[in-house]
Parts: sequence; structure tokens; C-alpha cells
Amino acid sequence: MSVDVLIAGGGNAALCAAICAARAGAHVRVVEAAPKAMRGGNTRHTRNCRVAHDAGNGILTGPYPVDEYMDDLLRVTDGNTDPELARLTLERSAEIWDFLEAQGVRFQPSLGGTLSLGRTNAFFLGGGRSMLNALCRMAEDLGVDLRYGTRVTGIEIEDGFFLSATTEAGWEGHAPVRERVPARAFVAASGGFEANIDWLREGWGDAAANFRIRGTPYNTGGVLRTMLDAGADRVGTVDQCHAVAVDGRAPQFDGGIVTRLDCVPFGIVVNRDGTRFHDEGEEFWPKRYAIWGRLVAAQPDQVGHVVIDAKPADLFMPSVFPPEVADTIEGLARKIGLDPAALRATVDAFNAACLPGRFDHTIHDDCRTEGLSPPKTHWARPITDPPFRAYTLRPGITFTYMGLRVNRDARVLFGGAPSPNIFAAGEIMAGNVLGQGYLAGIGMTIGTVFGRIAGTQAAGALRNARDGVAS
Amino acid sequence: MTDTPDLAALATASRAEVARQMQICNACRYCEGLCAVFPAMELRRDHAGGTADYLANLCHNCGACHYDCQYAPPHPFAVNVPAAMADLREESYARFAWPSGPAMLFRRNGAVVAVLVSVAVAAFLFALAGRGEGGAAGDFYAVMPHGAMVAVFLPVFAFALLAIAMGVRRFWRAAGPLPITLGDLRAAMGDAILLRNLSGGGMGCMTAGERPDPWRRRFHHWTFWGFALCFASTASGTVLHYFADWPAPYPWYAPPKILGVPGGLLLTAGAAGLIAQRARRDPALRMASDARMGAAFTWTLLLLGVTGLALYWLRATPVMGPLLAVHLGTVFAFFLTMPYGKFVHGIYRTAALVRHAHEQRQSRVPEAEAPVETPGRAVNPGAGPARP
Ligand SMILES: Cc1cc2nc3c(=O)[nH]c(=O)nc-3n(C[C@H](O)[C@H](O)[C@H](O)COP(=O)(O)OP(=O)(O)OC[C@H]3O[C@@H](n4cnc5c(N)ncnc54)[C@H](O)[C@@H]3O)c2cc1C
Ligand code: SF4
Ligand code: SF4
Repeated sequence: MSVDVLIAGGGNAALCAAICAARAGAHVRVVEAAPKAMRGGNTRHTRNCRVAHDAGNGILTGPYPVDEYMDDLLRVTDGNTDPELARLTLERSAEIWDFLEAQGVRFQPSLGGTLSLGRTNAFFLGGGRSMLNALCRMAEDLGVDLRYGTRVTGIEIEDGFFLSATTEAGWEGHAPVRERVPARAFVAASGGFEANIDWLREGWGDAAANFRIRGTPYNTGGVLRTMLDAGADRVGTVDQCHAVAVDGRAPQFDGGIVTRLDCVPFGIVVNRDGTRFHDEGEEFWPKRYAIWGRLVAAQPDQVGHVVIDAKPADLFMPSVFPPEVADTIEGLARKIGLDPAALRATVDAFNAACLPGRFDHTIHDDCRTEGLSPPKTHWARPITDPPFRAYTLRPGITFTYMGLRVNRDARVLFGGAPSPNIFAAGEIMAGNVLGQGYLAGIGMTIGTVFGRIAGTQAAGALRNARDGVAS
Repeated sequence: MTDTPDLAALATASRAEVARQMQICNACRYCEGLCAVFPAMELRRDHAGGTADYLANLCHNCGACHYDCQYAPPHPFAVNVPAAMADLREESYARFAWPSGPAMLFRRNGAVVAVLVSVAVAAFLFALAGRGEGGAAGDFYAVMPHGAMVAVFLPVFAFALLAIAMGVRRFWRAAGPLPITLGDLRAAMGDAILLRNLSGGGMGCMTAGERPDPWRRRFHHWTFWGFALCFASTASGTVLHYFADWPAPYPWYAPPKILGVPGGLLLTAGAAGLIAQRARRDPALRMASDARMGAAFTWTLLLLGVTGLALYWLRATPVMGPLLAVHLGTVFAFFLTMPYGKFVHGIYRTAALVRHAHEQRQSRVPEAEAPVETPGRAVNPGAGPARP
């Protein structure tokens, strides 16, 4: 059977596109680089999706109008967004709940530990993998040809017009099983390039070797590279990404959500030399969590260590790896490979600078330091009660923003002109909306909105003749 | 006889594996909405020992969290909650069983039950051979007098009840003492009877793969209610015999028949369905142990249902005598193995649900978490007004 719409990817964006194209009557093939058991890219690690809505619905606890969503986006990106595409995304985010529910996705109230998102974000029952399973079931039911363990390795493009792609699926003897797949439209939904350490080096230098990639190892950016080489317009810069500080013991890839550490506001963070480098009590953690990836990346060896004492041990979400524990600061320093005297000096200086106050981790309390640089402006309590605990921090890359420039039809631009039959959705074009910064849950929003548009438009593009002019 | 708390408190590999996985789940929590296990897990930071047994018995093995897990194998974290829970559950039945003697009853449970059923059936066939031929057609007591039945079955039934009660007491204590209230009991019974936790958070059970379907839960309902009706039928017979002076055989409209026939049909269909479901089950969800405890139990139930129904249809024919022997032999073996096989799953699970009901009522989930805030607006539950 000939392929009308070929889709590279296997996450939320790819499946939303596949479902919409199939519903519009197209023969759709989805090629997913990962094997079935690991399908779904970063989508399998997600928990929710930020959606605009005019009223709460029993699960979402209150209204979240488009304008408020827009304000939030402008604030986190510092205006670094395409206003037209941003507004389109947020307006159409209001359709996401119903759309996903119709595909069999189910929602639940916000998870324990994430109450701050209960109003704005729709949480998937069973998490992102459950959500993805529902999309896959629906795609299968609609007759979509889902191929796992199959990568797009080459794309034949002529003047912005897609002709065919080369796919590789496994090996036969000494050669990969290659297939040339001509199709009438192509959707690039293959994620960012965060799992490509060499590419990350272009933005981060050798520091990239110490990064943890929170999501799938399959997002290596091959499709993005090929498209850029074929003349597609680029959006964003190579170092822009969502980066957080994660537990340093996380595996290099695919550690997912559990490597998150929420303990920073409760202690101090020192670098390899045992020195503090930033105000740990600057803001509530969810608001600051995304800057610590970059802060740690800027430290020698890209490593940080949170040190807390016994007092706050149960005040934050449990960690997946147990902390290093010792009865003395010096003992702790030895366990985590720091100079005991240096850590002792840092802790002593910090303790001496803590002003008395009333500790309350649910508000900006008045526990702060005086005469210390950098200061700790809230939740500062002397680190005195053994046992002492330490967690290691590393930069954790969620996903990269540099990608393909698109228009409102999700068409990829070549030299400013929209392609007649090449579309992009999801991480690979997220940079159009997210120039910098991040808003929890907007990754899935971008993927769903543009996945739907790309699928529908790709099916519509079938009617365009080879020489037809792009809309 | 004395308790052997050492056995019950034994640290085991299955317990350690459940505790390891729960540590990952507690940092993740994506499955929170699927069943009772996850909210129960979130109340704790340590899931070792009796807590692991408790959580394992709270799991209804719907399979959902395996297909929904971002850390399922081949991910190196290798989280497979249903399989880990199933392993520990079976181990816990053995560990808490009273008296705590013969572990082999559990290790090769399928074989043990099969042998016991065969032996019991053979014994009854031998003992009842040729009896009742002169009696009225359909008169069971002509084959085995009522007094003899009571003398044989009452002690073994009473012993089974005692053994189960002792076992569940050990199980209960291992997770920590807790007062039992009527409200908790009621809530737990509701959950147990409706099998709320066997629905994958509403989507259905996952048996053969990631497509949920309602059948396993349905078959379980049929089996349970079928069994309950059969039990009620027997009980009503006893009541009629002793208190209403209305001995068997009964006409079709008498309580033992009205309850027993639909009960037998449901039990047979349900058990057969569960056996078919087990054959379809994704190997990833199978437990590591090959004790075949579940299989032995379901097959015994099926045999109970089939022989009971056969007796109903064929009681006026010459095969009634041997058939009754087969049925009574099965019942005997069933009673005998009740405390030492899959039967206890219902009891332990209900006990776990009681504990769960209690905990959920007592503890609002503590906000053991970092401070939370939505930019621009304080939404800290329980937080006072923000100070300037
Ligand atoms: C730990 C973690 C938690 C997150 N939580 C959230 C959240 O709660 N809410 C939210 O909105 N966002 C979240 N995100 C971000 C979110 O995952 C992404 O924004 C979203 O999944 C992007 O969807 P996508 O379909 O574009 O990419 P992906 O889901 O990553 O899918 C890309 C797919 O392309 C495939 N692929 C790559 N190269 C090729 C090739 N050459 N040929 C064929 N296939 C290829 C990959 O195998 C993969 O399946 C999270 C990310 C991480 C890592
Ligand atoms: S089973 Fe997997 S996805 Fe579910 S809570 Fe546990 S670790 Fe998370
Ligand atoms: S009941 Fe289902 S969702 Fe809950 S732990 Fe067991 S298998 Fe997982």
C-alpha cells in the first residue's frame, strides 16, 4: 500500500498527527526509532499538559483563560516567542482536553507533590505512557501503519518539496534494512536533539559530557539535521533548552521524572570546591527549579552538592536515590569527595550568617542570612543537626529548543516560503513558541496543537499537485 | 501452639524488591490514580518489612501500572509492580500461614492441591462405593448419612477457619497494630465486593497486553458471587435441616436449589473464564515463582462448580453415588487447603483494604514536599496568607 503521509517520530506530536491524518482519510505510516517497549520518546515521561479553559471542570480546579496563559508564557520566555504562533497554540490548547479524551486518554486531579499545577494543567491518568498507549491504540484502530525500531535516516527534498525518505529498521547481516519510502506529505515529529551529546557540545562545550539527558536516548536530531541541511529555516539557538538540576546519580539517559530533587531550598548548595554559588532561598522551588540546571552547568565539573541537616529531611518529595548520610560535616564531605575543611568552613560561615526567624517553608519566610555572599534570602536555618545528608546535582536536559521554523499551518519554511508538503510538530518546532524559559506542561500543548494541525494539513496537502503552489 | 513472629518478620528478596520499586514509585507517583496501592505507598518513605506485605496484598493485579510505567523493563530501573507484588503476595501467604510448618505446601502448591484433591476424591469414592443403591433416587443421605457428613466436614472446616484467622492476624500485625472500626470495615467491604481496584483506574484490566478489557474483572465477579451463592445454598440447607425440620432432598424452589443452581453456573463460568484469562496473560505479568497457586485454586473452584451442577442434573441417575463422592472429595480437599493456598488472597486483600480505609481516613496526605506556588498567585493548600 502506498503511503500518503509519512510521519517520523513516535511521541505525542507524531501520534496526534497520525490520528488526524488518518481520520482525514490518508494512508499513514509512522516510523518510530525506538523499539516498541521503549516507544514514545519523551512523551512517555510526561505527566500533564497545560490547557487554557474558561471554567474548572471538577478535575481542573479553576479557570485558566488564554490571556493569563499568554502572560505566563511571555514572562517565562521574556518575550522570546513568535506572538502569532504563541497565541494560536494557547487558543487551540482549549481543545486539547476534549480531543485527547476522544482518543481514549483519561485525566485525573493533580498528583501528590504538584498541587500548584492543579488549576492549569490536565494530568494524565497513569502518566504520559498511559496517555501514549491510548493514542497508539487509537492510531492502530484507524489503520495507521506503526513501525517500531525504524528510523528516518535520509530525506529527499527538492526546493522545499518532499519526495521520499529513507528508513532503516534493524540489521540484516552487515547492512541495515533500508527502505525508500515515497510519500505525498511528510511530518517531522521526531523530537529535539538533546540525546546527541556532540550536538549539545556546539552550544555547551565539553560541559555537555557531564549532562544527564532526562528523556529518551532516541532523540538524536537526525531528521532535524537533515532538514536544516536541505535548506529548512532554523529557529532558536543551539544552547537553548529546558535544563533542571537532577540527582547526579541519574543514568545518562531516560532517568525521567524521578531524578528530580526538591531539597535545594532547605539547605545549601556547594560546588566541587565546597563553595556556595547561588541563593538557594531565592524563590519557591518550582519557580527556580529550571534555573539550577544552568547554574550547575556553569560550575567546575558541572556538579553541585546539596547539604541539609536532619531538620528538613521529610519536608520535600522523596528522592529516588537515598542521600549520603554522615554524623559530621567532615564525614559527609569525605563521602561525597569534597575537601572536609572547605565544606566545614562554608557551613560555619553560613551558620554564623543565619538570622533568627520563624521557619515556614510554605511562604517566603524571614529566615535569611546577613553579610553572606551569595546570600540565602529565605528558609535559611543553621545546618547543625546530625545526621547530615548530601545529594549530588547534575544538569539534566529535558529537551532542546532549536528547531524548524513553521507557519500557522505547521508547514516548514524554506527560505521564508512554506513547504507544500513538509510539516513539523512537537519538540522539533517548539522553539517557535519557546525561545527560552519553560512553563510546566507546555511541551505537550505544543505537540498536541501542532500535531493536530500537521496531520490535518498533511492529509489536505495530498490534493496539491506536485507543482501546486503552497498555500 | 505459639506464633513464630520471626518467620513473619523475615526480610526476603521479594520484600526487598517491592521496597526498591516503591521507592521509585514514590518519587514518580504517575500511577497515583490507578488503585489503592499508590496512595498507600505515598504515606510512607520506607516500604520495607510488613509494609511491603501490606502493599502487595493491596494490589489487585490489574496490570495497568505495568503498561503505564515509564520504567518498565528494558528500562534499567526495571519496575514491574504487578509482578513484584504477585511474587511477594504468594510468599506472604506462606510466611503468615498457621501453623508455620510445611513450606512445601506453598512451594509446589499446584501439585500439592492436585494430589490432595485426587486423594480425597479417591477416598470418598472408596468409602462410599456401592452405598445408597437401594435408597430413593436423588437422596444424598442414602449415600452418606447426614451425621457422617457433619462429622467429616465440620472439623476440617472449623480448622480451616481457625488457621486462616491465625494467619491473617499475623499479617495484620506485621504491618503494625491498628484499631479496626466499623466504618473502615464497611469501606473495605465495599471496595472488596465491587473490586474497585481491579479496574486500572476505570479503564479495565490489562491481561494480554496494553489494551484494557473488562473481562477479568467480570469473571472474578462471577466466580466470587457464584461461590458465595453456593456457600449460601449449603448454609441454607443446614439451617433447614436443623431448624426447620426440612431435610434434603429439596424441590427446585427451596433455598438450597434457588441459590445453588445459579451459584454453580456462575462459579463454573467465572472459574472457566479466569482460567482462559490466565492462558492469555502477558508473560511479563507472570510471577517468577512457579508454585501455580492461582491455577490450583481456580481449577478446584471449577471442579466444585462442575461437580455440583452435575449432581443437580444427574442426581436421579445411577451415577449419582460416584458423582457425590467426587464432589464431596473436592469439597473436602478445598476446605483442607483453604488456609494454604490462593483462597486466602480474598481475606488478606480485604484486611489490606481495611488498613487502607483507616489510613486514608486518618491522614490527609501530608504535604511532604517542596513549597509550591503558581507564579503570581499563592495556592499553597494549608498555607496562611503570604506575609509581605
Ligand atoms: C522527564 C520529562 C518530563 C516531562 N514532563 C512533561 C510534562 O509533564 N508536561 C509537558 O508538557 N512536557 C513534559 N516534558 C516535555 C515533553 O516530553 C515533550 O515536550 C513532548 O513529549 C514532545 O513530544 P514530541 O512528540 O515532540 O517528542 P517525543 O515524545 O520525544 O517523541 C519523539 C520521537 O521521535 C523518535 N525519533 C527520533 N529520531 C527519529 C528518527 N530519526 N526517525 C524516527 N523516529 C525518530 C523518538 O524515538 C521519539 O519517539 C517532559 C520531558 C521529560 C524528559
Ligand atoms: S509504576 Fe512506574 S510509572 Fe507508575 S508510579 Fe511506579 S515508577 Fe511511576
Ligand atoms: S492493582 Fe493494578 S495498578 Fe494497582 S499496583 Fe496492582 S497492578 Fe498496579
